[in-house]
Amino acid sequence: MALLNKNTHQLLSKIATNDKHGENSPYFDGWKAYNSNPFHPTKNPQGVIQMGLAENQLCFDLIEEWIRNNPKASICTKEGVNCFKYIANFQDYHGLPEFRKAVANFMSKVRGGRVRFDPDRILMSGGATGANELIMFCLADPGDAFLVPSPYYPAFVRDLCWRTRAQLIPVECHSSNNFKITTEALDEAYNKAKEDNINVKGLIITNPSNPLGTTMDRETLKSIVGFINEKNIHLVCDEIYAATVFRAPSFVSVSEVMHEIEHCNSDLIHIIYSLSKDLGLPGFRVGIVYSYNDGVVNNGRKMSSFGLVSSQTQHFLAALLSDENFVERFLAESSRRLAARHSHFTKGLEKVNITCLPSNAGLFCWMNLRSLLKEKTFEGEMMQWRLIINEVKLNVSPGSSFDCSEPGWYRVCFANMDDETVDVALKRIRAFVGKETGKPVELKRCKSNLRLSFSSRRFDENVMSPHMMSPHSPMPHSPLVRAT
Amino acid sequence: MRLLSTKATCNSHGQDSSYFLGWQEYEKNPYDEVHNPKGIIQMGLAENQLSFDLLESWLEKNPDVAGFKRDGKSIFRELGLFQDYHGLPSFKKALVDFMAEIRGNKVTFDPNHIVLTAGATSANETLMFCLAEQGEAFLLPTPYYPGFDRDLKWRTGAEIVPIQCRSSNNFQITEPALREAYEEARKRNLRVKGVLVTNPSNPLGTTMSRSELNLLVDFIKEKNNMHLISDEIYSGTVFSSPGFVSVMEILKERNDVADEVWDRVHVVYSLSKDLGLPGFRVGAIYSENDTVVAAATKMSSFGLVSSQTQYLLSAMLGDKKFRRNYTAENQRRLKRRHRMLVSGLQKAGISCLESNAGLFCWVDMRHLLHSNTFEAEMELWKKIVYKVGLNISPGSSCHCTEPGWFRVCFANMSEDTLGLAMKRFKAFVAESTCTQRTSPLFSNKRKSLTKWVFRLSSRDHHREQEER
Repeated sequence: MALLNKNTHQLLSKIATNDKHGENSPYFDGWKAYNSNPFHPTKNPQGVIQMGLAENQLCFDLIEEWIRNNPKASICTKEGVNCFKYIANFQDYHGLPEFRKAVANFMSKVRGGRVRFDPDRILMSGGATGANELIMFCLADPGDAFLVPSPYYPAFVRDLCWRTRAQLIPVECHSSNNFKITTEALDEAYNKAKEDNINVKGLIITNPSNPLGTTMDRETLKSIVGFINEKNIHLVCDEIYAATVFRAPSFVSVSEVMHEIEHCNSDLIHIIYSLSKDLGLPGFRVGIVYSYNDGVVNNGRKMSSFGLVSSQTQHFLAALLSDENFVERFLAESSRRLAARHSHFTKGLEKVNITCLPSNAGLFCWMNLRSLLKEKTFEGEMMQWRLIINEVKLNVSPGSSFDCSEPGWYRVCFANMDDETVDVALKRIRAFVGKETGKPVELKRCKSNLRLSFSSRRFDENVMSPHMMSPHSPMPHSPLVRAT
Repeated sequence: MRLLSTKATCNSHGQDSSYFLGWQEYEKNPYDEVHNPKGIIQMGLAENQLSFDLLESWLEKNPDVAGFKRDGKSIFRELGLFQDYHGLPSFKKALVDFMAEIRGNKVTFDPNHIVLTAGATSANETLMFCLAEQGEAFLLPTPYYPGFDRDLKWRTGAEIVPIQCRSSNNFQITEPALREAYEEARKRNLRVKGVLVTNPSNPLGTTMSRSELNLLVDFIKEKNNMHLISDEIYSGTVFSSPGFVSVMEILKERNDVADEVWDRVHVVYSLSKDLGLPGFRVGAIYSENDTVVAAATKMSSFGLVSSQTQYLLSAMLGDKKFRRNYTAENQRRLKRRHRMLVSGLQKAGISCLESNAGLFCWVDMRHLLHSNTFEAEMELWKKIVYKVGLNISPGSSCHCTEPGWFRVCFANMSEDTLGLAMKRFKAFVAESTCTQRTSPLFSNKRKSLTKWVFRLSSRDHHREQEER
């Protein structure tokens, strides 16, 4: 075993031996707790429930049904194998034209048809992880900085800074205005960077937001576009949760507002997309960079060689996403199920006076436990979090891991489990609150559609498969791969 | 302030090279047996298109895989969610078994030491990110795959210093050449972090000898902190003797089991050549160095292999009988094609470097140059692309030190098309020996041709083939 000693540091590069990959953070305790003691309704009902995984597991049945009805979409079936040779051989970094066209149409549909996308501006990448790194390689030199509003997705540090050697400058947002980004905060961060002689190349926002679950309102988005336009810096909009919007207000994409800004320099506008959240297919590694800047498209396309989407997957998705009927039904049904799940969960929390930031999108809630903090500090949050992991047995993500400026907030995922597990989680939270506040918890009997028995075998697929898949590593699932 | 990064605006991606002009021309006028029989035949594509029927018939016999089923049960959901950068264990196991078999089971690979990446393109770049940085260099024997300039240097900031190899000894690596390259790097103020070889070689099509491999291992042992990367992506295409000897076998033979040199030798692999599946983006890094494996695994997040693809291949490669039959039959077909190309060229008075692997031949057309210069090579190449209608790769694009060598692929077309290409070669050579070479107009034409070549090459290319 090669130990990380001085010689290792000379033998390997700095990038290989620093910790900008972010995986040495203390938040992995939550993952460890889950992995060593995962919840199972019958086999391990006292285990830790995974609520740190922003996965969309609600609509697989729709896709599976489509697959059964469309054997031609696979190059392995007898109906589709005539395409095998062509597809298996196809490695053009432009991507299959039908794939790009289908993705462009899908992106447009997700935005209510209000904007059209040019398939020739679509670049492929290895998931949104690859897409974010790629755009950064195109826009920033080592040492350059991007502003990022906090709270933000923790793995941005890895994706945007690790191998690119760029840096992130957080722009603090506060609960006092529901964590909205203000131009004052942007100006302040930008000016301070300038004073420190840091070259700010752009701003990256996630809309809908991870971890907030909110969509950005039109006015704020316009003011942001105005800001970057004025400073002549780039705007990267990570819109990977675009189709997880489940209630009003509807999603407003940067592609819609950019033309409303006078003299907007479209060379500064770039969108990151993926099918990992909207379709629930993170395993297929479909990342998209959509840029209005020709230089980025042309050079980024060459860079995409380092993370092209498997042609087998391109072919499959081209067929799936070109099926307009399916897409419409899927988007509507997915929204409906997310809305139902969100509502059930937040109402369940409200029963014990736990509020979440009002949200209309995403696969998670931004839960407010500030009133229960013993100390209103980040140490207090850490203590509270460890309690939640070890005693309440829920792996939730503390706000500090998202660089939130205020302690006491948690991101809690709700779309990666079945109804029954959600209820177990709610019960545990209610019991925890009761203990913390010293008030006995009244459980109002309410009508529910709880199925009292369910297929535990199906549950097995959900929970046990991580062990089947990665038996040897003490850290079978890096949170930075899965917790997004 | 410059809008884009330096990396996005330089041309270290190497795709402005005239090498890609041939592609452009081919795209404009591609040969088709029926629709365009006078078009350009693509001979610059190192693809293996000879054995798809074997893969297709396997699929026919294994319908479960097609339906995302395992033992009749749907696993679509499992696959859709699976994004663990450790990779699908069943796929890694099948892959290492396949790799071991290709090496006659003389070496075995631990699935825990394999890192999956999006193609060998990504594997090479990732390994470079782990081992080298700005101010550092890897030594590469020439001629080498043009894409290395992009894969190893572009975003990593590392440098390549060539080890000059010559036809006088069939382009084998010699100790003086190795040391000369090392000195050259030092003169350029570059710290040498290692040597990277492709074995079997692209573009030579030859397997490396035991003595060359031992020379390299001796060399990195002598120096501190130096690595040896062996890109073995053509290992399954060896179709005749001498067989394939992997650097791993050499290490084992040297009995240096406890030797720390094991920590400094790394293998790159891919299924793009051996299985003919470049579209699926399946690459791998193999290393006994735990730190490299750990770092590369994290980096693989930027280019994981689609779970759908991992699953398909775990079933296919996990079928022992299939993979043995495939490998044997594939090699038989490659051998036949190779013989066809070599004898076809011989009939045209053109010889090839003797080779036993790969999807191409390294063809000697030095006698057709009217001067021993790269300008003459370019001119000859232009003629072959535009007039003869064959897109072949000039040696200069592979950084060859001697003009007049060309890489010609033989496994990416039908037998009939290859036959036609041979006819065209023969006709061209016959015509060339009759043509007057001396003409006052000739040198002017040459100059304007070169200018035109360079102007064309600076335009953005509409299409690039991922070529190895």
